[in-house]
Amino acid sequence: MGVESKLGNLGIVTTTLESAVNWSRTNAMWPMLFGLACCAIEMMSAQASDFDLSRFGMELMRASPRQSDLMIVAGRVSRKMAPVLRRLYDQMPDPKWVLAMGDCCSCGGIFNNYAIVQGVDEVVPVDVYVAGCPPRPEALIHGILTLHAKVKGEKISKYA
Amino acid sequence: MLPSQMEITVDELRNLVTGRAIEGETMLLNMGPQHPSTHGVLRLLLELDGEKVVNCIPDIGFLHTGIEKNMEAKPYLQSLVMTDRMDYLNTVGNNLLYSLAIEKLVELDVPPRAQAIRVILVELQRIASHLVWLGTHALDLAAMSVFLYCLRERELILDILEMCSGQRMMTSYIRPGGLWRDVPQGFEEAVQQFVRMLPGRIAQYESMLTKNPLFLDRTRKIGVISAEQAVRWGLTGPPLRATGIPLDLRKAQPYSGYGQYEFDVPIAYNGDVYDRYIVRMEEMRQSLRIVRQAVERLPAGPVRSNNRKFVPPPRSELGHSMEAVIHHFKLWTEGFSVPKGAVYVAVESPRGQLGCYLEGDGGPKPYRVHFRAPSFVHLQALPLLSRGHLVADLVGIVGSIDIVLGDCDR
Amino acid sequence: MTPIEKAVRVLKERLPDGVQAVESFRDETTVVLSREVIAAACRILHDDASLGFELLAALTAVDYHPKEPRFAVVYLLYSIAQNVFLGLRVYLPGRSPEVATIESVYPNANWHEREVFDMFGINFLGHSDLRRILMPHDWVGHPLRKDYPLAYEEVQYTFNFDEIDKRKPYAKE
Repeated sequence: MGVESKLGNLGIVTTTLESAVNWSRTNAMWPMLFGLACCAIEMMSAQASDFDLSRFGMELMRASPRQSDLMIVAGRVSRKMAPVLRRLYDQMPDPKWVLAMGDCCSCGGIFNNYAIVQGVDEVVPVDVYVAGCPPRPEALIHGILTLHAKVKGEKISKYA
Repeated sequence: MLPSQMEITVDELRNLVTGRAIEGETMLLNMGPQHPSTHGVLRLLLELDGEKVVNCIPDIGFLHTGIEKNMEAKPYLQSLVMTDRMDYLNTVGNNLLYSLAIEKLVELDVPPRAQAIRVILVELQRIASHLVWLGTHALDLAAMSVFLYCLRERELILDILEMCSGQRMMTSYIRPGGLWRDVPQGFEEAVQQFVRMLPGRIAQYESMLTKNPLFLDRTRKIGVISAEQAVRWGLTGPPLRATGIPLDLRKAQPYSGYGQYEFDVPIAYNGDVYDRYIVRMEEMRQSLRIVRQAVERLPAGPVRSNNRKFVPPPRSELGHSMEAVIHHFKLWTEGFSVPKGAVYVAVESPRGQLGCYLEGDGGPKPYRVHFRAPSFVHLQALPLLSRGHLVADLVGIVGSIDIVLGDCDR
Repeated sequence: MTPIEKAVRVLKERLPDGVQAVESFRDETTVVLSREVIAAACRILHDDASLGFELLAALTAVDYHPKEPRFAVVYLLYSIAQNVFLGLRVYLPGRSPEVATIESVYPNANWHEREVFDMFGINFLGHSDLRRILMPHDWVGHPLRKDYPLAYEEVQYTFNFDEIDKRKPYAKE
C-alpha cells in the first residue's frame, strides 16, 4: 500500500512512530524481581523451563529497579513492606508498568486483617490484575500478554 | 493509608552494632528486603569491616500476615485453608500438621489408606521443597543450570498434586479425618513413574555440584556450627543433622503411620554449608524410598473417618439419608465443636521441626493457634553462623539454612 | 518412672511453692508454675543431666480476655535423649504482665520472647533486646490481644462496594 509497493524487496517497512515504540517496549520488557510470597514461586516456575518467560523477552529478572520496566508484585504486601514497595516503584524510570499477580495484591486475598494492605493499588497504580491463589504460570503469561496488548494501544504522549 | 517511611536513628542502633560502626570504622550495609539472594523479603543489616562480616542483624516481619489471629475468626475447616499459605513450599505438610493437631484434640481416627496417601504426598512435597532449595541455593552460588533442571522435576510433582486435588500448590487436600476425596485413576502409576525417573536426575545434579571444586570452595568450612551450639539455638532438621545429631521426628515420634516404613536418617559431622547440602540430597533419596514402599503397599479402603460429627458424609449419601443431610448442614454452617484443652503437635518439615500449638475452647473456632516455625528459629542463629565470613559467603549460608519467609513471619 | 514423672518430681522437690498444678491432656503433661520460679525451673530442667531438656521447642502466649488471669505464657521443652515433650505454663495478670526471661538458659528464646512482646505486650524482665520483631517498629498496639480488631477494612460485597470504594485510598501515580 502506498510507498511499500514501490519499494519492493528493499527490506523496508513503514509504520507509525507510536506502533514502533510500543512494539519495542513490549518485546523487551524486563521485570523487576519482586517476589514476596507464594506467587513468587509460581513466577519462578513461569520463568523456568516448562513455561518459559524468555520467549516473551523477559529473559532476565533485574534485581535493580533502575534497570527494569515491569514490576510484577507477586504475593501479599504487608503494612511493613508497603513503604519499601513505594520507594522501589519511585526508583523505576519511566515508562513503567505494574502487574498485580495473585489475589493478595489485587484485593487483599483471603487475608482481611490488620497486617495486609488490602490491594496493592492503595500503594502503586496497577495496570493489570491477575487473579488466582496462586495464579498458574499460564495465567501469569495471559496477564503479561494482556499488558502487552494494553501497551500496544498506548499513546506516545503519555510518557513524552 | 501508607505507614510512615522507616528511618532509624543512630541511637536505636547503638545497642545493636559495635562501637566501631558508630565511629565510622566499619560500614553498615543494608541488604534490603528486596534482594535476589535473600529468598524472600528478609532485611539484613550488615556491619562490614571491608568485606568481612562483623555482625549481621536480621530484620523480619515484612511478610507478616497475621495468620494466627485470622485463624481465630474462622471455623476449623476454613482456617485449614490458611495453613497452606504459611510455608508455601511445604503446603501439603502444613495441612497435615493442622489436621494432626485437630485429630489429636478431638481424638479422631484416620483410616490406613488415608495415612498411606498422606505419607506419599508429604514425602513428594519434601522432595519438591528440596528441589526448590537446591535450585535457588545453586543459583545464588552461580550454578544457573541446576535451577532450570530442578524446577523441571518439580513440575512433575505439581502435576501429581494437581491430579489429586485440582490445585498445584495450595491443595488443602489433607483434612481432619483423612483426605478430601480419594485419589483418581492413574495416581499410583504416575507416582511410580516419578519414583523410577528421579534417582537418575538426582545423580545428574550431584555430578554437577558434589565434586565441583568451585562449589566445594564456596561451601566447605563456611557457616560452621557445632552440635551443642546448634541445640542451644534450637536448630532442628537438616541443619541439626549436619552437625551429627540424628534427631528426626519421623523416627522419634512417628505420626501418620511412618513407623511401618524403612528409611535412614542421613547425618554429617562438620556442620558447614556443604554438609547441609549432602544431608538434603540424601534426604531426597530416602523420601523416594518411603514413597516406593508406601505406594507398593497402598491398602484399599475408605479415605475418610466415619465419625460424622467431624467429617462430612460422602456426597452420594446425601440423596437418600436424612441424617447425612443434617450432618452435612451442621458441618458446613457452624462447623464442628472441639473440647476445651490445648495440644502441641510437631512434624518434620523439610526445614526442621514444625509445631502447632492448638487451644480449643469448646466452640467451632480455634481459640489460639500458634505455629512454631523452623525458619523463625533458624534465622536467629544467622549472626552466629556468619561472623567472620565474607559477604559472598553470607549468601551461601542464608541459602543453606533454607528459610522460607512465609514460614518465618506467618 | 517415666522421664516426665521424674521431671515433675524434681520440680516439686526443688520448687515446692512454685508448682501450682500438673495437668495431663491427651497424654501431654503441662506443669503450671508461678511466675517467680520459671527461670529457676528452666535452669533445673536444662542443667540436670538425667532430665536433659536441652531444646526449647516453642514459646508462646494465650490471651484469655476478659477472664483473669488474662495471659498464659506457654513453654514447650524437648529432651533429645529421652524423646519427650514437657509443657510449662505461667499465668499472668492483665494489668502489667511481666515475667523473667529464660534467655540465659535457652538462647533461642530471644526471638520467641520478642514475638510474644510484639503480639501480646508481655514484658520480659532482663531481656537483652526487647523490641518489636514482626510489626513495624513504630506500631501502636499489640495485635494478638483479644480486644485488638482483626481488620481495618470491611469486606467488600456488591451491596457495599461503592461506599467502600469511595473511602479506599487508591494511589494515583
